[in-house]
Order: sequence, then C-alpha cells, then structure tokens
Amino acid sequence: MTLQRTTPPPVSEPTLDARPRTTRRAAARAQGVLLLVIAMIALVPLAAIFVGTFQDGNEIIRNGISLSVDVSELSLDNYVMLFTDSGLYFQWFANSLVITVVQVAGTLLISSFVAYGFAMYEFRGKNLGFILVLILMTVPFEMLMLPLYVQVNNVGAADQYWAVVVPFLAQAVTIFFFRQYFLGVPKEILEAGRVDGVTEFGIFFKLVVPIAKPAFAAMAILNSMLIWNNFLWPLLVLRSPEKFVLPIGLNTLLTPYGNNYELLIVGSFFSLIPILLLFLAFQRFFIDGMTAGAVKG
Amino acid sequence: MKSVLYSQRLAPYFFILPFLLTLLVFWLVPVGRSVVMSFQEVLYGQSTFIGLDNYERLWRDQVFWTALANSIRYMVLTLLLLVPIPMVLAAIINSRIGSSRIKGFFKASLFVPALTSVVVAGIVFRLMFSETESGLMNQVVAFFGFGPVRWLREDLTGLFALLLLALWRWAGVNTMYFLAGIQAIPNDYYEAASLDGAGKVQQFLHVTLPGLKPTIVYVTTISVYGGLAMFLESFMLYAGNNSPNNQGLTIVGYLYRKGIQENDLGFASAVGVVLLVLVLAINLTQLTATGTFKKESAR
Repeated sequence: MTLQRTTPPPVSEPTLDARPRTTRRAAARAQGVLLLVIAMIALVPLAAIFVGTFQDGNEIIRNGISLSVDVSELSLDNYVMLFTDSGLYFQWFANSLVITVVQVAGTLLISSFVAYGFAMYEFRGKNLGFILVLILMTVPFEMLMLPLYVQVNNVGAADQYWAVVVPFLAQAVTIFFFRQYFLGVPKEILEAGRVDGVTEFGIFFKLVVPIAKPAFAAMAILNSMLIWNNFLWPLLVLRSPEKFVLPIGLNTLLTPYGNNYELLIVGSFFSLIPILLLFLAFQRFFIDGMTAGAVKG
Repeated sequence: MKSVLYSQRLAPYFFILPFLLTLLVFWLVPVGRSVVMSFQEVLYGQSTFIGLDNYERLWRDQVFWTALANSIRYMVLTLLLLVPIPMVLAAIINSRIGSSRIKGFFKASLFVPALTSVVVAGIVFRLMFSETESGLMNQVVAFFGFGPVRWLREDLTGLFALLLLALWRWAGVNTMYFLAGIQAIPNDYYEAASLDGAGKVQQFLHVTLPGLKPTIVYVTTISVYGGLAMFLESFMLYAGNNSPNNQGLTIVGYLYRKGIQENDLGFASAVGVVLLVLVLAINLTQLTATGTFKKESAR
C-alpha cells in the first residue's frame, strides 16, 4: 500500500479504485447502523425494567410498561420499599445465593469425576453408559418432571433443599463438556502418575484437575447462570415461602392476588445484577459455556 | 484396600458410579413407576389397575390435542425464526467490513437476554404486551396508526408475543453457535471460490451454508426439543397455566395441569409416558441419523 502511494499512479486508476472504496465504506456504515439498531431493540426490555424500577408498581400492573415516562412521576420509592420492607425478598435472594454456590460446587465435582471415568478408561458398558448421558442431555427435563415429582413426594422430600439439588449433581451437559476436555489431556500424564505410585483418584485430583481449569471456569459460569435462574424444579419441590428461591418468589409477586407490585419490578431488576456482573467480568467463558453442547468439528 | 485404589480395572466404575446412581434413583425407577401408574387409577394413595383406560381417555380428550397442536405450531415457527435469522446475523458479524467495536457491542447486547430467567423475561414481556394504550407494544402499533391490540386475549397475537420472547432470548445464543461454525470453515475455501469468480452471495450459498451443516443440525435439534418442551414462557406470559380458550396451553402445560394442579396421577402418568415416547423416538432417530452410535462404539 505505502509503496504504491509513493509512485504516482496512472491517471485512470484512482477513479476505478475510488468507487469500490466508497461503496465499501458505505457498506460498512450501513452494517454499523443495522447492527446498532438491532442491538438497541434487543436492549429495550431491559431498559423498560430499569425505567420501571422508578415508577409506581400498581400503575405498571394496570397500564403496562413502556419507555415513554413522565419524569416528574419517577421516584426512588420502590428502592426504599425494597430495602425497608419486612417481606421475604432478601431471604429469597440469600436462599438463591446459597443454593447456587452449593449446587455449582457439587455439580463441578461430581460431573467432572464421572466425565473422567468416561474419557480415560476402557471398560465394559462404557458405550451404553455414554449413550445414556447423551439421551439425558437432550431429553428436556419438562418431559421427565412428573415421575421425579411423584418420587420426591413419596419419600417425603418435598420442601427439602436436598431434593432440589441432589438429582442434578451428575449433570449430563456438564459431563459431556468435561469428557470432551479430558479426551484432549495427554495420557502420558496418567502413566507418569502411575509410575510415581499415585492412586487412580490421586491422578484425577492432583494431576488432571489442575490442568483443566479453563473447563472448570466455563462450566462454573454456565451452571451458575442455569441454577440462579432455575425455576420449574424448585417450584415443584419447595412449598414454604421462606424457603423459596428468587425466581419462585418473584413469580408469586406477579399473581393476580399479589399485593406487593412495588417490589415486582425492582426485585426483578436486582435479580439480574449478579449474573450481569459475572457476564461483564467473564464474557468469553460465558459464550464458551453456553455453546458447550455444540459438537466441535 | 490399597490395591483397589490402584486398580485400573475397577477405577472407571467408581468414577461413573454417581452417574449410575443418579440415573437409577432419580430417573429409571421413577419413570418405571410412572409407566405402571399410567395403567392405574390413583385416588388418595389407592391404586387400582384399569388397563388402557387412561390412554383411551387421553385419546378422546380434545384439550390434549389442542395442547399438542399448540406445541407443534410453536416448535415449527421458532425453527423458522431461530435458524435463519441467527445464521445471517453471524455471517454479517463475520464479514471483514465494519467496526469491531460495534460488532462486540452487538454480540453482547444480543447475548444478554439469554442471561435473564424465564421469570423476569416473562414479567417484562407480559407488561410490554399490556392491552392498554400505554403498553410498549401498543405504543409501537399506535405509531403505525393502529388501535390498541388485546395481545394476550387473541390466539395469534398471543402466539406473536411468545415467538418474540423466544427470539429475544435465544437469537444471541444461536448466533454464537453459527459464528463458531462459520469461523471453523477454512479460509482457503473462500479464496478458491472467489478465484472461480463467486460473489459474496454465491460464497455464502456454496461455501458457508454447506460448511455450516453440523451447526444447522445441532441448532435445529435443540430448537425441536426446546419448542416441544416449551411451558414456562407461556406460564409466565399468561401469569399461570390458564389462557383464553387454552391458546397458550402446551403439552407440558397439560401435563402440569393434570399431574401437579389436579393431582390426577394415573392419567397424568399416561400423558407423561406419551410425551416421553415421542421425545425418545425423535432422540433415537436423530442419534442414529447423525451416526452418534457408530462414532461412540468406534472409540
């Protein structure tokens, strides 16, 4: 490019050259405008929630939410209400935090453990076992919810946190992702460990887990989001309002018998904050984790 | 004890034991019991064998067919939206022209809706689709000169709200799938095509599309399952499992109504068995068609 510029070009060429360059620039500008418009539209519902946090809750329930607002009617009342109300909102928030942390830790431990067995060993029944993982991975939970719900009621585990968490610790998508990752770990590491007299489990915990940190990061983030947002299964298990997780609690605020519409919007907005913060900090891991199920290559 | 810890023959069974236990205790045993219950009438904990009565009742229940039709309609329409649109968006992001900052902002904005829970997404969409003039969607139609629409009271406008919710939440994730798929296509293919005189559109049709086949198959598969299993979006949008003329009722919503709301466990088990057979049939067809069984046994 620079070389061409130092030598004076033939007279006819600049006109030929200039046209593609301007159309190129026009195309780039059109693309930019298109992408920005779509991005803005995608952000409208979130903007509406944010604006709604400053509006009267009963008014919103009656008249719907929109972006055209009377500035003089905006107030911080909902925020004041949220932080002074004697209701259960922060109890639900805390329940969600605890369940998310415990379940994510448990899922990572158990699922990576199972995935290691499928990735590193040859054994009878391996193919059948892994096909069962694939089937559990794709059959939607909604289709299986009733038998599990009946089972939990029969053993008297309704309204217990362990019943929310335990059935999902060996989680198929997470097993699948870890297995793919472990398949890429050189087998020489295992052999070296065996020569040094490390047990099979020691090899997993001491030698393989440390080099699989990126996989743990991606799965920690994916599972945090899934569990923080989990609604259907906790809704089926939990009965006492003080045990609710945040999505169930928010849902009770929406019901026709709800009497706490001030908290609905501001509470919804606050429920987004932990995940949005995680996303801003670890955007790349999020996209890796969310697209984990895709077959690569 | 020591030799057990070092045994390479026993170790894999220890590793996969948590999965086997989960499968047995939480899925196989309950599903088996559910199959048995589908042949029973369950009242106050008393079960009596009634043969195929539940299945016959299901066959004759008009509401079940409405729910099934709603689910299939929703699944087909989400496929038509959530495969082509994200594919084109991914191709636009991947093109060499344009500012990478705008593209980064675009990707993030499109992806963020997937982080919202179905509860929050449902609440805000319900309020946006309010039937009063001051609701956001009615302001949009008013801008084009149309009167307020009673969105969630009519079948087609209610369906529109559901589809827009699905598009809003999943377009970004699917775009990321397609972007990863496009970036896996070797650059040489495009160079060869452009040497042969193929324009941008021809390159898209003859290089990008065939190269994206695995991604298209994958995204279609998850959209089929997601579409057939849709329940919570409707549950939130209609603020419960009841909608005018059951226009928002899906097959899972029907299962939820019979099993959990009405506690008619024998009949609901029959519903569950039918859904499970339906999904497993699709599942096995798809695993066989994509050669997963062969691939796994070759390893």
